Amino acid sequence: MSTVLILEQALNGLQFGVMLFMMSAGLTLVFGVMGLINLAHGSLYMIGAFAAAVVATWTGSFMLGLIASLAAAAAMGALIELVVIRRLYDRDHLDQVLATFALILILSEGTRYTFGSLPLYLNTPGWLSGVFDFGGGLVYPKYRLAIIFVGLIIAAGLFLLIAKTRLGIRIRAGESDREMIAALGVDISKLYTIIFALGASLAGLAGAMVGVLESVEVGMGEPVLILAFVVIVIGGIGSIKGALIGSLLVGMTDTMGRVLLPPLFSQFMPPVDAVPVASALASMSIYILMAIVLIVRPAGLFGGAK
Amino acid sequence: MSRETLINIALAAILLAVPIWAHFADEPFIITLSTKVAILALAGVGLNLALGLGGLVSFGHAAYFGIGGYAMGILASHAQDYTPFMEWPFVIEGTNQMPIIWLVAVVMSGLAALAIGALSLRTSGIFFIMITLAFGQMFYYFAISWTAYGGEDGVSIYVRNEFPGLNTLDAIQFFALAFTALMLALIFSSRIAKSRFGLALTAARQAEQRVETVGIKPFQLRLTVFVISGMITGLAGALMADLNRFVSPVMLSWQTSGEIMIFVILGGVARLFGPVAGAAMFILMEHILGGFSEFWHGWLGLVLLLIVLFARGGLIGVLAGKEKADG
Repeated sequence: MSTVLILEQALNGLQFGVMLFMMSAGLTLVFGVMGLINLAHGSLYMIGAFAAAVVATWTGSFMLGLIASLAAAAAMGALIELVVIRRLYDRDHLDQVLATFALILILSEGTRYTFGSLPLYLNTPGWLSGVFDFGGGLVYPKYRLAIIFVGLIIAAGLFLLIAKTRLGIRIRAGESDREMIAALGVDISKLYTIIFALGASLAGLAGAMVGVLESVEVGMGEPVLILAFVVIVIGGIGSIKGALIGSLLVGMTDTMGRVLLPPLFSQFMPPVDAVPVASALASMSIYILMAIVLIVRPAGLFGGAK
Repeated sequence: MSRETLINIALAAILLAVPIWAHFADEPFIITLSTKVAILALAGVGLNLALGLGGLVSFGHAAYFGIGGYAMGILASHAQDYTPFMEWPFVIEGTNQMPIIWLVAVVMSGLAALAIGALSLRTSGIFFIMITLAFGQMFYYFAISWTAYGGEDGVSIYVRNEFPGLNTLDAIQFFALAFTALMLALIFSSRIAKSRFGLALTAARQAEQRVETVGIKPFQLRLTVFVISGMITGLAGALMADLNRFVSPVMLSWQTSGEIMIFVILGGVARLFGPVAGAAMFILMEHILGGFSEFWHGWLGLVLLLIVLFARGGLIGVLAGKEKADG
């Protein structure tokens, strides 16, 4: 297998990883600060993709579509936080899982009612179509490079936000002692709504960006949601750093597993048997990774003592 | 007799009476629906042991449901094609006898639950929820890529399997089998809840440290109940596959885990008949809401949300009051 192919797949893994990071950042913040398991995070991803597809088709501008995805997902996030989610903060995990599962059903069917069952498509904007030539035979689609770029900027931005701004201080304070910061006069319920909407908007943006690569349809969010959970559990719940490392690990493991395992198994098995076995193992690989991490470190790689 | 016991008897009587009426009124579809309720309730009874009694929020019970289903699919498809399941080191033939299939389903799902439980019970809280989900997904993806048994398309069986002395193709007789299995599982789980084992498990859920100080190991109790729970759900999976004469990776998907959990919570967690009430309500809603709107899942979500937010304790909790609501 050539180096160029491996590099290309590594870029694919990186692109998948940063997309997962955009999805899992909100999830891990919401869990870390509010202690809430939000299964409906995948629906916000879907809403972002639909908003982008509709606005981009309507105005002809991809950038307006992206802005719409941020706005729509943030607005829907704030709405469900105000109406439903805030009633769940002091409930146990079981109630949270069930109520947010119910939200998935409502949001998915609502989207299907509004936009119909047929998938929508988002086109690659002209200035991002085509490939970028790294030289040495390595070419890579510009659009996927753009996803990597945006993802890394968002990661850097989030670290700055958490480390340097007043909002970030409050988020960290909320994570370590929620009663205390309420007693110090911070409007905790407003803070919760802001965090939830922020996480939602990142999920929406991820949905919109991936919507170009895949079709925009109802149910697109749930597979990504499960992966995002795998990420935050591997990384340690509540940790942005953990989410970033976890995303890249999961993205790389999944992509590389699919590329490397079939030829590896063909070395010592007849190809007819090797391909199904290897592809089964490749699609199970990230769950195996997660199980191993949890068995060795039950609170995840960067999980605190919580 | 408490109000909850009366409600339980009434629920069992209704579940028995409806298909008998349908049998004489010649409404086979209603018998099939009732059979589905009984089987799904059985899967819920299994989960309820882990969830209600053990306090173990397993988000991966589809694994056992699916293993039960595949036990039926694999054995019956070999019997149907007259090919052995394996020839080396010894020959294992397929079979179309339900008792053997059930035994295999229960043993295999029990073994899976033993392995998954032994690893997962090292964690707790959200990590337990997520690791059980992860194991469920592993089985799901394994089944999808297991082309020998249909991969994504699953396995179809042309004729329902046989049970000695019964004609299982007759809808009411198959219902009787499912109903009996459900009742036995309910009696079994009420005995467990009242046994020393069940009491210790309840204590471990409510005050883990105290239980440890008196010398009981919560891990072993939890692992035991987790295995029993998986076995019952596995049996339900084998019955479900036989009802549909079809098994596919959908039975192993995380949505299936979510649905089994919904039956338990709709009906009332830790209530003996909670899963029966929950499964009945789910199937009823599917047919009433499905009748007037193709978007019935959305309405289901709304009902579910309202129950979680405002009717804690589920259906049985609403009907029977809070007398047994503990923990």
